[in-house]
Amino acid sequence: MNWLQKHWDARAAANFMLGGAGAGLMIAAALGRLEGGAPVALALVLVAAGLGAVWLEIGKKLRALNVFLNPMTSWMTRESFVALLLFSFGAAALAKPLPFLPLAALTALAFVFCQGRILRASKGIPAWRAPQVVLLIVATGLAEGAGLALLFSAAPELLAWLVLALILRVYAWVCYAAAAPNAALEAPGKALVQIGTVGALAVALAALWLPAAAPLAGALALAPGLWLKYALVTRAALNQGFALRSAPVRGVR
Amino acid sequence: MTRWAMVADLRRCVGCQTCTAACKQTNDTPPGVQWRRVLDMEMGEFPDVKRAFVPVGCMHCDDPPCMHVCPSTATRKRADGIVTIDYDLCIGCAYCAVACPYQARYKSSDDALRPDVATKCTFCAERIDAGLAQGLKPGVDPEATPACVNSCIAQALHFGDVEDPESNIAGLLAENQHFRMHEELGTGPRFYYLWDRKA
Repeated sequence: MNWLQKHWDARAAANFMLGGAGAGLMIAAALGRLEGGAPVALALVLVAAGLGAVWLEIGKKLRALNVFLNPMTSWMTRESFVALLLFSFGAAALAKPLPFLPLAALTALAFVFCQGRILRASKGIPAWRAPQVVLLIVATGLAEGAGLALLFSAAPELLAWLVLALILRVYAWVCYAAAAPNAALEAPGKALVQIGTVGALAVALAALWLPAAAPLAGALALAPGLWLKYALVTRAALNQGFALRSAPVRGVR
Repeated sequence: MTRWAMVADLRRCVGCQTCTAACKQTNDTPPGVQWRRVLDMEMGEFPDVKRAFVPVGCMHCDDPPCMHVCPSTATRKRADGIVTIDYDLCIGCAYCAVACPYQARYKSSDDALRPDVATKCTFCAERIDAGLAQGLKPGVDPEATPACVNSCIAQALHFGDVEDPESNIAGLLAENQHFRMHEELGTGPRFYYLWDRKA
């Protein structure tokens, strides 16, 4: 006796999709030492767009700053503080990549970790509270960011980072799917493995000799990950439901 | 220390929804919002099937996940165990709603008193506080008792201080077998279900 939660819709999903990809791009930009401010700027725009989407979902938009009031226990508050740091370091990195780009990358990693913990703390949704969801959210962010970074450069170190991130993501998915099987995630999960991992890895290897293929590898890595997170938030989120441990005993005494 | 709790006798509840109506009238909740609900549940497989009417709502947990996730500190827990929401702080993010394993929280734009913020059963805290100020005993004196309990036609719902061994509900829990919903999640719900006498 359970049903799909309706409190968080595509706007909340957008935060996990755009925020994760943006944070992952910031990390890839630092690891790949991408030149120019475009990757960093795009990362910040994506994270801001994700947070903006959530802002559109809250009931009291003019009270949004109250989100900062509970850093002691709320991962949503922590995510908000980390986002402030991310925007600060990211903006500084646009002018002075060293030392600010590595700092922005570290805060980006903290940002996706907070996103994973936000879902993990949602005790009413079995598909979200599984401990494995944290690694899944972090790994999807890393892989999608690595995929986005290939739009800017086909450098071998970026391709290597994509390969590592894809392997981590598929490992995280297998662990998660084993712990919290969910019919709504079967199709996106299959796409993540077949297209987002096998397909993307094959194209990424080809891109070592044919750099023009790098954006395709990135796109193959990006799209299934975004689909999986969209489905996780909007389609797989059956609530806990109700259950009786014991049926009432009537009329026997 | 006082710890308010509710007891539902599943053997007595007839699913009349009078408690639901009383709650809606007392708290002026909009359509679609039911702080006190009575589920009609079937268990088992044919021909060994049982039916139970199960009152549900906020369980006022000892360790409420809704409070921990709340980014605005709008959700708090009083010393007497009642979980409250400050409607002037709440931003309506509904994080508490997805964190609650009992589907007890609502957010409605149609709520004239509390639009677009999280709402839920309060155990009629205002009635309890007003009653205590008059020297009344919640769970015994109707003026100090939650509306749903007062309205129950079958005396299936009871309210009282679970830490007081002399209280009405302490006696019921001592005499009957009981459980709490989703206890395995570690939330420590303060809503007990009686299902059989103790042998």
